[in-house]
Order: sequence, then C-alpha cells, then structure tokens
Amino acid sequence: MLNYTLRRLLFAIPTLLVISFIIFVILDLAPGDPTGQLPLTIPAEVRAQIRESLGVGEPIHIAYFKWLRGFFVYEPLYWLDQMGLTIGDPADRARIISYATRGPVFDLILERIPQTLWVVGLSYVFGILIALPIGVISAYKQYSWFDQLGTFISMVGFSVPTFFTGLLMIVIFSVQLGWFPSVYDTTLEVNSWESFIKQVKQMVMPVAVLALYNASQISRFMRASMLDNLTQDYVRTARAKGMSEKVVVLTHVLRNSLIPVVTVIALGVPTIFSGAIITEQIFRVNGLGQLLIIGIQGSDFPLVQTLTFIFAILIVLFNLIADVIYGILDPRIRYD
Amino acid sequence: MDVTDLRTVFHTQDGTVHAVNGISFYLEEGELLSVVGESGSGKSVTMMSLLKLLPMPPAEIVSGMVDFDGRDLLELEPEELRQVRGGDIGFIFQDPMTSLNPVFKVGFQIMEPLKEHLGLSEKQARKRAVELLELVGIPGAADRLNDYPHQFSGGMRQRVMIAIALACDPKILIADEPTTALDVTIQAQIIELVKKLRQKLGMAIVWITHDLGVAAGISDRIMVMYAGFVVEHAKVKDLYKRPLHPYTRALLATLPTDAEEGEDRLKSISGLPPALHEYPNSCPFAPRCEFAFDRCQKENPPLMEMGDGHQVACWWDVEKGAPR
Repeated sequence: MLNYTLRRLLFAIPTLLVISFIIFVILDLAPGDPTGQLPLTIPAEVRAQIRESLGVGEPIHIAYFKWLRGFFVYEPLYWLDQMGLTIGDPADRARIISYATRGPVFDLILERIPQTLWVVGLSYVFGILIALPIGVISAYKQYSWFDQLGTFISMVGFSVPTFFTGLLMIVIFSVQLGWFPSVYDTTLEVNSWESFIKQVKQMVMPVAVLALYNASQISRFMRASMLDNLTQDYVRTARAKGMSEKVVVLTHVLRNSLIPVVTVIALGVPTIFSGAIITEQIFRVNGLGQLLIIGIQGSDFPLVQTLTFIFAILIVLFNLIADVIYGILDPRIRYD
Repeated sequence: MDVTDLRTVFHTQDGTVHAVNGISFYLEEGELLSVVGESGSGKSVTMMSLLKLLPMPPAEIVSGMVDFDGRDLLELEPEELRQVRGGDIGFIFQDPMTSLNPVFKVGFQIMEPLKEHLGLSEKQARKRAVELLELVGIPGAADRLNDYPHQFSGGMRQRVMIAIALACDPKILIADEPTTALDVTIQAQIIELVKKLRQKLGMAIVWITHDLGVAAGISDRIMVMYAGFVVEHAKVKDLYKRPLHPYTRALLATLPTDAEEGEDRLKSISGLPPALHEYPNSCPFAPRCEFAFDRCQKENPPLMEMGDGHQVACWWDVEKGAPR
C-alpha cells in the first residue's frame, strides 16, 4: 500500500505540472487587463508603466517560469522562514504578488480559508451526518412513506439551485422573521457566549443551504448502495445464522455499502476548499470562492492561477486518498 | 419436524405466482431427506419458507404449520425464530462465492452465531471456530480464521459455509443445492464430507438437489417436487426400483449413462416447469407428460399412498399401463 501511494504521488508531479501549464495558457489567452478597472482619467503611458511594474506582458514562458519558481521555491522557503528556518537570503525572493492588492497571493488565501472551512466544511459534515442515516433507512424501508418523502426532499434539494434556496431563506428568515442576519460578518470575533451565539446565527443559513444540497446527493448514493447490497446472498446467510436485523443491516450490509459512498465523500472534499462560490456570494461570506470571483473580475491572473492550481492539487490528492481508503475498506483490493 | 400444508406465493407485477402449493412432509431425527426437482420446482422456496428466509414481500406464506419440537415455527416471534435460525437449524446455500460476506474475515463470520446463540466469549468462540474449520477439513485452520472469503477457493468456501451452519450443533441441516456451483471433483469431496459429518454429529439433513444420482448415494428418503407440489415420495430404494410418477421416470432417464454410445446418451425432458399464476385445476405436469389423458386436464391428482410409505400424485398407473 505504501509503495502504491508513493508511486501515485510521483505520478502526480508530471500531472500537476501539465495542469498548471494548461491553466497558465488559458489565463494568458483570456482577454482582460488588470488596469481595466482603474479610473479612465489615467493617461495611457502611466497605464503602460503600471502594467510593466506588475509584470504584465512578459513572454509566456518567462512568466510561467517565474510563477512556478514562486509557487514551488520561494513560497515554501518563505513559510519555512516564518517558522524560523532560514535558508538562503530572504531578501531576493519575489513572492507571488496579486495584481489587485499588490500583496502576496498566499496571504490573501490564508485570510479566506477559515470562513470557507467553517461554513462550507461544516455544511459538508452536516450533509454527511444527515445523509447516511436517511440513505440507510430509505433503502431498508424501500417505498415506505419515509423513503418517498426522502426521495422527494433530495430531488428538491438536488435540483433547486443554491442561489434560489439561499435567497428564499433570506426572504423568510432574515426579512420576514428576522431570525438570522443575511450578511455574514467576518470581522466578528468569538470571545464570549454572546458572540458565539451571533456566530452560530450567521452560519445557520449558509450551512443549511449547502448541507441540504450535499445531503441530497450523498443520501441518494447511500440508498442506492444499500439497495444493491440488501439483496446479496451474504445477507441471507447472515439472517440464516440467526443474526438480528440490526446486526444484519448495520454490520453486514452497511459495511459493504459504505465502500463506494466513502469514495464519493472523499472525492467531494476538494469542493469544500473551492468554496461554494454562489452560496458565498449570496450570504456575503468572504471565503475562497468569493476570492476567486473577485480575482476573475479584476483580471488578477496570479491570484486566479494560484487558487486554481491549489484546487487542482487538492483534487489529485483526494483522488489518491479515495483510492487508498477504498483499498483499506475492501479487502479484495490489493494494490501491491 | 412436521410440515403440514405449506403454501407460499409471490406477489409480482405480473400477478401472484404460486410457488409452494400445500406441501406436507416430515423429517425424523438423524435422517437424510433429499428434495429433487428441476429449477423452479419450488424446492428452495419450500425450505426457506420454513425459517421465513424469503424476502417478504414479495413472498407470502399463505398457510401451513411447521411443527418443530412442539412449536410452530411460522407462528414464532421474530426473536424466537432467530434462535432457531443458526441455532437449531443450519442452512447451506447454493453459491459459496456470494454467500459469505466479502469484507469480514472468515473467523468473524463463523464466530458470530457462536456468540449470538451459545453466548461464547471471544476466546471460546475462536477456539470453537478452529475446531469447526478442522472438522470440515480446512488445513491450517487457526491461521485461516484471519483470511477473507476471497482468499478461499469455491470448495473451501463451501466448507466454511458448512462450518457456519454446524457451528451451534443444529438438529437439522438444510443444504440448498450445496454442490451445484462447484466442480465435479469438489462436489464429490463435499458430499463425502457431509456423509462423514452426518455419521459423526447425527443431525438430520434436508438435501436439495436436482441430481437424482447424487440423491441416490446419500438419502434415506426422496421427495420429488414439481411446480410446487410433491409428486412422488418414497424410501430411496423404492424410488429407484419402482418409480411411479412419469416425472420421476423422466428425471431418472436424464441421468447420463456410460453404457450406450450415440445420440441418446443424454436425454432431456422437453419444455419448462410452469410458473403457476393460478392455483391449478389440472395436473401441472400434464403438458409435458407422455401418459397424459382426459382426467389429467380436469383434476390435479392428490398424493396417493401406494404402500410402505411410497406416495405418488398421478392418475396413470405406469406399472399397469392404465388409469388408476
């Protein structure tokens, strides 16, 4: 297994390099000018100087190389430096700088991660916790009223877009009832019971919207997987051995049914980091998704390039993790 | 065990299918009863109905009584029935490749009923599991407990299934075509094993098979089933010496013989057993029967006593060559 993991990690390197290059070329081909949003009163030559100082218009291979060096050499060295381990001279390292803020891209990303993890991550966890029992019960009691209701709700949750459910919740719970704030306040510091309650309140709606969406999807997977397994011969064997229904369903069937579902869950984790772009936008959660949108709107290529590439790394990584988990959960699969 | 008038139907989208149609039989202590018939004749459904192992719905046991030690198994509470399953009555299924849970170690699967029914501790159960694997002839038993089913061959898996079925010293072992999915050589080994275990442990066995040749070698009595009815029932010698039902005769004729060469070596019965959507008013075998006459179309023959426990359900007396 370790061998397999290392081999896969090595294979990931060329894959990621190719991905990063493709992203770079696509962004380079994209129209857009980082000075486009500056006031029109700025004369053309000043504009050109600004572009030059940002490093726009360099030949693509040079720009790509600089970005690669920034991402793989200077940034890691910078963070090592921050931890007190200085290698070389920190002064002549150029970090990846955002066009829009003129600040390092990584600092921007780090600022945004906590909000995204709290809101989107929590909604994923809740989604899973809701989905698994619903999937199990729906399958065990197939076509019961519980199953029909579950099917209906997950169809709604899956097919109605989050920007609609989000707005609907804002209208009902913020505007009409006034229970929850419609705007997520990132500056809120949780240091007392009151501020904690406030934090919970502002998280309720975005988390609920996303959890509904995630739960709809995962519960369908869980149900289908359970149904596949409930009719297997080994289930009859377990019953013939005189095991209780609880053991039959929650030990024998569930253990088998979880294998594909866990894979789906692992593959979904990177989407947490890419943030729920639309939901974050609606509830004004300034997470990673929102950062990406701002970057695209402002033609902030270093930011967009770096963020997209980080998502790519996470996707490759969690594909590997899903495969490894699969191997652990299913004894029939051996990678070596 | 005494089974009286067992009827099982399946509610399908195309209507109700009568799978078991009022079957009665008995099983004495330590005896081996073979149940013979084609696929779809209701052999397995009959036996699974006894312990309610069929998925319900679509299956429904409409009537019947299964007297076991003075209790009617069909009337038991689910908890009591659970104690009978795997405790008093062990089950072996047709396909050992799919009958074991692929993600649990074999040891765990053998120990489960031991802990559940006999209340053994982990350590005691493990010890007993080793004994059981040795009993069914699996070499290196203690180590193999930690293996998964996919690490066993088909024959070895069926041995594991037998070990599970015998775990709690059942009074009855029901074997549902346990050798059908195996190679011929492995089949012979499994049959030998069951014979040996029966001598050693003395449980009664119901052996479901479609192979009259296999049944001849191991049974005390044979029950021939067709379309959910018992069509003939006799001691093993009587049945082979004096088969009275045309279906039994046809089945016996299908056994391959090594005597003759040429086209006739493998005989077959043309047609398929019917899926009964209505309870039949005629003999269900009549469409395929060479002796069928008027009465067979009008009346379904009941099981009639022919002396010395030999029973047959047929209007035609094959020995006299005339209607009964």
